Amino acid sequence: MADIRLEGVAHSYDDGKTWAVQPMTMTWEHAKAYALLGPSGCGKTTLLNIISGLLKPTTGRIWFGDREVTGISTAGRNIAQVFQFPVLYEGMSVYDNLAFPLRNRKFPRADTDARVRAVAELLGLTDQLHRPSRRLDAGRQQIVSLGRGLVRSDVAAVLLDEPLTVIDTGLKWTMRSKLKEIHRDTGHTLIYVTHDQTEALTFADRVVVLNAGAVVQSGEPTDLFLAPEHEFVGHFIGSPGMNMLAAELVDGVVRVGAAAVGRALGTGGGLPPGPVRIGVRPEFVRLAAAPTSPGLTARVAEVERMGAYDLVHAGTDGHHLVAKVAGGARCAPGTVQHFGFVAERAFLFRDAVRCGRIAALEGRDGS
Amino acid sequence: MSASTTSDTKPRNNRAWFLVLPVVVSVAFTAVIPLMTVVNYSVQDIFSPSDRLFVGLEWYRQISRDGEVRSAFVRTLLFSLQVLLLEIPLGVAVAVMMPRRGRAVPVALVVVALPLLIPWNVVGTIWQIFARGDIGLGGWAINSVLGINFNYALDATDAWATVLLMDVWHWTPLVALLAYAGLRSIPDAYFQAARIDAASAWSVFRYIQLPRLRGVLTIAILLRFMDSFMIYTEPFVVTGGGPGNATSFLSILLSKVAVGQFDLGPAGAFSLMFFLFVQVVSYVFFTVLTRTGR
Repeated sequence: MADIRLEGVAHSYDDGKTWAVQPMTMTWEHAKAYALLGPSGCGKTTLLNIISGLLKPTTGRIWFGDREVTGISTAGRNIAQVFQFPVLYEGMSVYDNLAFPLRNRKFPRADTDARVRAVAELLGLTDQLHRPSRRLDAGRQQIVSLGRGLVRSDVAAVLLDEPLTVIDTGLKWTMRSKLKEIHRDTGHTLIYVTHDQTEALTFADRVVVLNAGAVVQSGEPTDLFLAPEHEFVGHFIGSPGMNMLAAELVDGVVRVGAAAVGRALGTGGGLPPGPVRIGVRPEFVRLAAAPTSPGLTARVAEVERMGAYDLVHAGTDGHHLVAKVAGGARCAPGTVQHFGFVAERAFLFRDAVRCGRIAALEGRDGS
Repeated sequence: MSASTTSDTKPRNNRAWFLVLPVVVSVAFTAVIPLMTVVNYSVQDIFSPSDRLFVGLEWYRQISRDGEVRSAFVRTLLFSLQVLLLEIPLGVAVAVMMPRRGRAVPVALVVVALPLLIPWNVVGTIWQIFARGDIGLGGWAINSVLGINFNYALDATDAWATVLLMDVWHWTPLVALLAYAGLRSIPDAYFQAARIDAASAWSVFRYIQLPRLRGVLTIAILLRFMDSFMIYTEPFVVTGGGPGNATSFLSILLSKVAVGQFDLGPAGAFSLMFFLFVQVVSYVFFTVLTRTGR
């Protein structure tokens, strides 16, 4: 129906001493599936509660399309929210649970019945409608909680706060595909909070990464993987996380200790000299027969055989480097090995924010 | 099948039963032996410690036909019923109104719990004075301000009302605290979901809070039934069972028979029937309430 826009929204639980959500301005586009990803305590749930109206932000304004809803109650915003564990009216049947939000809003009986049956059909609950809700298993109960949100046809958005936490691993996949199916069928805006990167990356059109109450990057799953804009995104997404090596920028050349790694290319022009950090994902570190640029030479400490791939751990001057290479890599612990970085995928970070990338040194071949 | 194979291979050793011995000994001394003494009394006519006569179930027959005992039984049952009807809804109402979080919580808890900390006979004394028409604030207010003639020492209804009100004042806090504990155990998400579903305050109470209070209210009703059915000290201090026998509950009558008249045989039979009735009612009540919940 409409985009959800946050304007300078921030929240503090202790009168401004600490901020659970840092001031942020962003738009959640209509009918897209978003994943809000971040570690525990990063403000994901706070942000969700601000959107649904359970929490009034300390500062900032919220818009649903061109209607300002900052001061409007949860009930008035027409939001559906699903919590970490199933929240049901336990004394009621599945049917009554689904009908409850409509009855509270004084919908005519016939409309209520039609909506309840439509939603039950969509969620595969039709044959469960007259069972007491407390007799269902946790997965079904969570589906009923979701159904209570979907039963209002005009919901502005469906917010899901780690909804699969209590669900068995086996059922999780079914539930996730069910959610995707519902998203496709209903076209609601979906915001899905999770701390599980796989869940976020497989589920969403857009992933919003939150850390310490601030959005560090938002984009499509591949962007977050291939081109992290922030060190946190590098760490948090990917398994194992991005290699981060402390380096020094001197005369346009990136050095780790005494070794020259490559030539610095600033994002918006030249980079002033000084300390930087090299960020390169283990997937983009290759074994090389000779010294390459951009790249490093290091002593192999350990080779983890994972079957389909090997993780080669190496060290130089106290810097730790991991390479994810095809299984059966021919390198032995204790030997000195040359590593090459894929040129487009080796980045420079300063103050945790991406500031450029590393290219091959002149006169030497890149890999 | 697996049980038989394990018992074949396991060494037989029943010495673990000795671990139960301390419990057996303490229960024997605190409950079983005193109870058996009463059973012993209840089947004898005792003239003096050396001179006693076995009378079988004669005392039980007599007590169950005794008019005074019967009217005291009905009176006590009526009192318990009124106590439950007043204290349970009132306690739940107080619990719902108590703050859920913040600095007001400890204050509210202490204020509500205050009556529970006062010893029974002190509660009796407080109300005995409070309800007096001449020097008691409550009694004086009813007589002089409201203009209603109130005297619990002379009027049976006034005496009944005083004792009932005193019990409500003394024990509603217990129901309130139990209900409050039950309410506190409801996760916030339930209330948030209710806000999203546009539920009214009444719906929140009816569909979220009340169903979750079932367990604690079962306990509260049981405790309040048993306690009020066995009430002794407070009416004894306030009215002494009077005027006439308007507030003469079973316990008061029992102590009159046992200690006042020293009729140990009838008192023993009386005690056992009293005890059995409380046990059976509590058991039936508890079973019914816990079964229907499933």
